Amino acid sequence: MAIWRGFGGRILLMLLATLSLISCSPSERRVDSGTEQGILHWGNASEPQSLDPHIANGVPEQKIMSALWEGLVGKHPKTLEPIPAGASHWQISPDGRHYRFYLQRNARWSNGDPVTASDYHWAWWRALQPSLGNPFAEMLFVIAGARDYWRGDISDFSQVGVTVVDNYTLDVELAHPTEHFLQLLDMPTLFPLHRASIELHGSATARASRWIYPGNLVGNGPFQLDDWQINRRIRVTKNRHYWDAKQVALNQIIFYPTENITTEERLFRAGQLHYSYDVPVNKLGYYQAERPQQLSIAPYLGTYFYRFNTRKPELADPRVRLALAKAVDRRQLTERVLRAGQLPAYAMTPPNTAGYFPPSAAEQQLAFDPAAARQLLADAGYPNGAGLGVLEILYNTQEEHRKVAVAIQQMWKTHLNIDTTLHNQEWKVYLDTERRGDYHITRASWIGDYLDGRNFLEIWLCDSDNNRTGWCDPEYDRLLLDELPAVSDKAKRHQIMRRAEQRLLDGLPLLPIYTYTSKHLVHPDLRGFYPNLLNQPLFKALGLQREPTTADE
Amino acid sequence: MSKRIICLIGRRLATAALLLFIVAAATFALIHSAPGGPFSADRAVSAEVEAALNAQYQLDKPLASQFASYMSNAVKGDFGPSFRYPGREVSELIAAGLPATLELALYALLLALLVGVSVGAIAASRPGSLRDQLPMAVALLGICLPAFVLGPVLALTFGIYWEWLPVSGWGELRGDKVLPTVTLAAGYCAYIARLTRAGLRQQLEQPFIVTARSKGLREPAVILKHALRGALLPVIAYLGPACAGLIAGSFVVETIFQIPGIGRFYIQAAFNRDYTLIMGLTLFFAALIIFFNLLADLAALWLDPRQREGV
Repeated sequence: MAIWRGFGGRILLMLLATLSLISCSPSERRVDSGTEQGILHWGNASEPQSLDPHIANGVPEQKIMSALWEGLVGKHPKTLEPIPAGASHWQISPDGRHYRFYLQRNARWSNGDPVTASDYHWAWWRALQPSLGNPFAEMLFVIAGARDYWRGDISDFSQVGVTVVDNYTLDVELAHPTEHFLQLLDMPTLFPLHRASIELHGSATARASRWIYPGNLVGNGPFQLDDWQINRRIRVTKNRHYWDAKQVALNQIIFYPTENITTEERLFRAGQLHYSYDVPVNKLGYYQAERPQQLSIAPYLGTYFYRFNTRKPELADPRVRLALAKAVDRRQLTERVLRAGQLPAYAMTPPNTAGYFPPSAAEQQLAFDPAAARQLLADAGYPNGAGLGVLEILYNTQEEHRKVAVAIQQMWKTHLNIDTTLHNQEWKVYLDTERRGDYHITRASWIGDYLDGRNFLEIWLCDSDNNRTGWCDPEYDRLLLDELPAVSDKAKRHQIMRRAEQRLLDGLPLLPIYTYTSKHLVHPDLRGFYPNLLNQPLFKALGLQREPTTADE
Repeated sequence: MSKRIICLIGRRLATAALLLFIVAAATFALIHSAPGGPFSADRAVSAEVEAALNAQYQLDKPLASQFASYMSNAVKGDFGPSFRYPGREVSELIAAGLPATLELALYALLLALLVGVSVGAIAASRPGSLRDQLPMAVALLGICLPAFVLGPVLALTFGIYWEWLPVSGWGELRGDKVLPTVTLAAGYCAYIARLTRAGLRQQLEQPFIVTARSKGLREPAVILKHALRGALLPVIAYLGPACAGLIAGSFVVETIFQIPGIGRFYIQAAFNRDYTLIMGLTLFFAALIIFFNLLADLAALWLDPRQREGV
């Protein structure tokens, strides 16, 4: 053909030849070589802000830190029951306020130094220094004196209930019996720290310090930091000094900052990741139908809800809020709109949070019932929605939130004849608007830090910075702040929490919508992975083994 | 003559300094007027913590004095610490992302030039024929198709269905630079092809070309030796903005292909309200655009004697 002749044609031919040269061999699949060499390729959502356990506050950071450090007590990856970690065993006093931890005698830092009780003591002192801006400092407030020390009411750290008995024994005195204390111990903010290596790089309480970088960071976990290339990857390698190194099957984990979940899904499909941080909603159908064995969907300890601004006259009457709640068909939302196994929620606390169930009447109270909703609205003085005006739903810009808001807008229009406008804002603008209380209704969510209902109820206290609705019930505060801490019996605690939650649902500053699920793509070669309520893997228990039958397609 | 060129460069550099100052002031005003701050988060931090953090980064001072201290440091080359990534300097973050971004832009530019000029030349040599219309139609498609459509399409086709090329990374797996380069180059390639074709068509009608042909020169020699130099002038003029666009515009491609370049930082910095990082990157991009425009002007002067007269 004439087009191939002459100078231009030759160049085109050359280009095609180069392209075909590249394409002769199939491209490498990292998962295949990874499985052979024990290298786990892990999608980890975003570039970590920091790896300082007292600064970083995101879930992706927490994942990496849990490979580099270990707290006194860990969690079983399947059941989330406490398991020995930095401490081999522990004793709890009958009044539930005194804990004695016996440290692993052979525990070593990644530089070979022994891990001692002083390392925990010093790290907890550091966690309570306000200049670091530790977002999770409040987790330590269960320890006697910690809150006062943080606030500056006492300046002597020896008055805080942490005592080094000897190198391998640590005593902790709690402010009040705390059922979930053992669970807190594997949160980064309670990890031990290696003082000498931190002080080598500047002040112990400086945010901008270089001790967290490869070559400087000393941890006590199953892995040690090996390489950190910004926006590219973080590589951790097996720590040969780790006390339980024999049980660690992986040689390396590589964490990738995969902030674009569509790209992440392509990476998984092209064989570059063993595990994805998330799954795009529009791909769920494909995996459910074609590759169900690679899709992991599990209940997650988080509630998706709307906040009602009770300071707005339209929403000041609890009957209006209840009417709005009863006009939402949650089952339709989870099954038709979201379609990832989310559970309709009728209370703040997810069901079976460490054995706690929300009040049994909750489901009936908030159940979808358009007739009752209309009646409530009429009782409040707005028959058929007349006179209520237009409500606005504020959400941060994201497709999933938009879909939910559109569906709810439609339900309110159909069942209550209420007009709603939707308003989306970029994340930080949305946070600012919500803080200022400049909204009617906002989208919100709360993900549990530990397995205890209290974690979900606390945010509705009158002076909680996370309340933001103007709702305040002194009796609710009294139950949670005075009555609950005084008891240690599980059944009694749950009873008090249920009473508090009932008051919350009667006041209804929120519209519970659904309980989260965690979604991941998991390569069949990955062993020892259990989806759990906290969506928290135990890296030392993970392994890689070739799956002969279902490896690829 | 060379003195005049030096004068021109001097004048342009002085304007550049003023321009950069204006960009800095405007950016500073904009980011501080955007709601939310670097330390706002869904999980509220206590007032004590927020105050401590603001004091540490001098966010509690009046805006004017913050700007003055930022500029006086920036002039000395110190762009301050990142708010989002404690322990990292802005210059360190830019230095970490720059190699990948520059490399990607360079490859895309070379590819765009090579393919664009060749295709343009082929098309111009037989106007109206299939070899003109087909490449020009493809070029039009290339201009219209944005990277966020083309990138995923290429990744799905070559990376997932045929498994020929990696779908992500930069310099990690064999061939991982191909798809991002092609994606970024496509639009520019198409534009250069159209510019070259138009330039060549104009040149090929000049009397000196008719003379060259009448002497019996073959068509490729006519195009390569005589017509192309003049025809490429519009392409050269386009290269300045193209270079700046390739660097600044690579962020879409960087996100699609997981490339650790500065474009990705730019987006994250804006979402995180990382004030110092936004300032640093904006000034950096502004300086680049100014620099490449100057370079393109100088190249045009070198190629076109007529323009030198005006200097």
